[in-house]
Amino acid sequence: MAAALRPVRRGVNGAAGLAYAGLGAPILGGLAVTGAAAFGYLPALGQTHASLAPWRRLFAEPGLAASLALTVSVGVLATALSLTLAFALLARGRAALPTPLLAAPHSAVAVGLAFLLAPSGWIVRLFSPWATGFHAPPDWATVGDPWGLSLTLGLIVKETPFLIAIGAAALGDLPAPAQLQAARALGHRPARAWGLVIAPQLYARVRWPVYAVLAYGLSVVDMALVLAPSHPAPLSLIALHWLTSPDLADLAPGEAAALLQAGLVVATLALWRLAERAAAFALVRLAATGRRSGAADALAPVLAGLARATLALGLAALAALALWAVAWRWPFPRAWPESLSLQLIAAQAPLLAAPLANTLALAGVSAGASLALAIAWLEGEDRIGRRAGSALIFAPLLAPQIAFLFGVETLAFRLRFDGGFPAVAWAHGLFVFPYVWLTLSGPWRGLDPRYARAASALGRGKLATLLLVKLPMLAAPLALAFAVGVAVSVAQYLPTLFVGGGRVATLTTEALALASGGDRRLQGVVSLAQTLVPLVVYAAAAGVAARWGRKA
Amino acid sequence: MKRIFATAALVLAMVSSTAADPAWDATLAQAKGQTVYWNAWGGDARTNAFIAWVGGQLHTRYGVEVKQVKLTDTGEAVARVVAEKAAGRDSDGSVDLIWINGANFQAMKQKGLLYGPFVDKLPDVSYVDTTDKRSNVVDFTIPVDGYESPWRLAQFVFIYDAAKVPTPPRSLAALTEWIEAHPGRFTYPDPRDFMGASFLKQILIDLAPDRARLAEPADAASFKTETAPLWAWCDRVKSSLWRKGEQYPANEPALIQALNDGEVDFALAFDPAEAATSAKAGRLPASVRVTTFAEGTLGNTSFVAIPYNSPHKEAAMVVADFLLDPATQAYAQNIDHLGAYNVLDPAKLSPQQRQMFADLPSDPALPTPGDLAPVLLEPHPSWMTGIAEEWRRRYGQ
Repeated sequence: MAAALRPVRRGVNGAAGLAYAGLGAPILGGLAVTGAAAFGYLPALGQTHASLAPWRRLFAEPGLAASLALTVSVGVLATALSLTLAFALLARGRAALPTPLLAAPHSAVAVGLAFLLAPSGWIVRLFSPWATGFHAPPDWATVGDPWGLSLTLGLIVKETPFLIAIGAAALGDLPAPAQLQAARALGHRPARAWGLVIAPQLYARVRWPVYAVLAYGLSVVDMALVLAPSHPAPLSLIALHWLTSPDLADLAPGEAAALLQAGLVVATLALWRLAERAAAFALVRLAATGRRSGAADALAPVLAGLARATLALGLAALAALALWAVAWRWPFPRAWPESLSLQLIAAQAPLLAAPLANTLALAGVSAGASLALAIAWLEGEDRIGRRAGSALIFAPLLAPQIAFLFGVETLAFRLRFDGGFPAVAWAHGLFVFPYVWLTLSGPWRGLDPRYARAASALGRGKLATLLLVKLPMLAAPLALAFAVGVAVSVAQYLPTLFVGGGRVATLTTEALALASGGDRRLQGVVSLAQTLVPLVVYAAAAGVAARWGRKA
Repeated sequence: MKRIFATAALVLAMVSSTAADPAWDATLAQAKGQTVYWNAWGGDARTNAFIAWVGGQLHTRYGVEVKQVKLTDTGEAVARVVAEKAAGRDSDGSVDLIWINGANFQAMKQKGLLYGPFVDKLPDVSYVDTTDKRSNVVDFTIPVDGYESPWRLAQFVFIYDAAKVPTPPRSLAALTEWIEAHPGRFTYPDPRDFMGASFLKQILIDLAPDRARLAEPADAASFKTETAPLWAWCDRVKSSLWRKGEQYPANEPALIQALNDGEVDFALAFDPAEAATSAKAGRLPASVRVTTFAEGTLGNTSFVAIPYNSPHKEAAMVVADFLLDPATQAYAQNIDHLGAYNVLDPAKLSPQQRQMFADLPSDPALPTPGDLAPVLLEPHPSWMTGIAEEWRRRYGQ
């Protein structure tokens, strides 16, 4: 009977269809509205004639070429270096996860890092005035440098832990020790062996998350607001500036900039894929030389050291922010606050109770539903033996949020689906699902199909195989995917604000509103609150991985 | 003891402000039970606390609920109303009240996104100063026409640390001299930001050959003539600025942070009480003070406006009126609460009402209204957009 039905079911993946309808379609709709606006079609403002005027204005923006160059160099450099550093640590065995860095929102890491690196920052303070002679901060551009190096560093500090987490989960499914042993037996030096044998397999499994990191780096807003140079500004900030301008005539060029940004992401991703091919080719050539040692083993400890230094820098940034949360006065050049106080925490804590409840509920619902949908999708693929295209799911990560959210918001209004908790949870799902899917799909697809076959050969049904074999074996990536989903949900600002009409307050909407006042101490308080929720969930996920994760 | 009397007077004033006005009574009746979503910049914990206090007061008095939607930028609320209009949602909007002025007001008024005129229906509008505080009726040269209701005054001030700068410059010439004598210790926010653009406007007003021309929209010829001295000034001081004029703080908070970190010696603000409130909150050293150019600095008014599609217009009007109540204005001006300067005309107040203001506590960092120089009216908004763009063309690459 089942065999007779098979041809009918072929190619139909219900869960993927649901994901497309519920998540993909609104995004396309949103992009369509955005695209129309980029060409000056904005009926609300009485503009119903398409024109190229917004694009002309965009291309007349002073220094646009420099902005584009900066955007691409920051995104590519940050992604390449994060990947390198993450792999360098993964190659050296089980790396301890820097959970606080994973959990902290990008904006918090940026603010903390800016304080570390600024000429009036913690590092200079530690050496002033006794070593430097500075009684006033030096006039250096260490933050917001015109090359975007501090922004690149900020992204690296935040993305390296993410890639380590994803990589560690994926590594669990590889028969890495056995393969390494074989390569070593053939006389390869350890790092070279890892680079030639494990790295390519691992990369194939973390490829989508790497694309997400690249797309994020190319369109980053929250970190850029703190760390990017004001000119040339990254394209994302140019778009943001126009899209939030009081002059409604700026809306159309803002949407054009957003569309250009999406195009830039697609083009850079295409180049990245070309680079992947080139790297694969080079790696094969390298292996074919037959040499057993090379630069890798000299470089590996250096890179691992750099990776540890990067993580230490990130943790120091968070520590600095935590210290600011309890500092009352902390003037230059003091290395420790002049006075401490719990006053700000005491004042904010009661105000944060309701937003905390909303945050927890939204994160639970959106991450839970996304995880269920991702499982259904991937299981559906296994059953019909065909992979559904995933490009559309990737769309929310491509376009700058603020751009297509205007479209999503318009659609939500049309459908009278806005302002409430379900609408906001759904909007979170738009962004949570891709990350959950990205985190899970690599390990899932990497799971050796023979386990499932063995189970069905032993007479177990598909559901039993899923529940008793696959899911337990994937406990670690499942827990991680949920934790990533929670972290992504907690960090959502614009979707919460747009679709919720500001009526659903979360820790992040409160944090960003308060942060716009620029008081570093308040930023410290709310960042701590923001970090706490994902931190607990990540810690729980790590517990799950340690208890039930497969030992490779 | 004085405090107790002040509180008693406040309570009395609050109780007694009920005049016979059938139309307003009807508004109050309709407003009962409504929830006002007040979209207001949420970056200032004190303002947030004040809005929460307003909510508590209105709940007990009129059964009106106030919920603050904390924005990072007023443009968010404007964009939201635009999106609602785009979707044809003309009666069931999500924004009931916006803290607004200047360019945002101009944009919303021009596009027909505001409800009104409603200000004349508010009983307490009779106390508003419309002669000396001209910015209450002309917002960045745009006539208010009853489409927004004033609630706090703003004036451009310099914040400095008196322990480091004992005698701050009080004219543009003196400031220029100071900047050149102290390279790297002064800057202004990037003019993409409101505060940065406002600083350039202040310089423009000081240097423009024909200041009166600035009240009218800029055109190519007048823009060139009037702004020429401004650019000469920018060119002159650029290399003496913080980071040699290659970098600028993103906004006012970033500049205040730089002052607190000792990277610069001046910050800029639009709130004369900013130094006092920041020092009280531990955000700036206790020795900070404010000053203005002796000849005067830019001033404007913060308003509240009601979007055309608000479903709770009556309650929103009740909030707007409550903000104008002399007792509320005195509460807001109290440095222990908000420190916002009032928009009222003392001549229109009763002696008891005037006493409420006279009894307010003082603070060493707080300028008395007499300390502040005259308020100069804002130029037409086209000047601000024009100089922000031209600045980027000249220095922004």
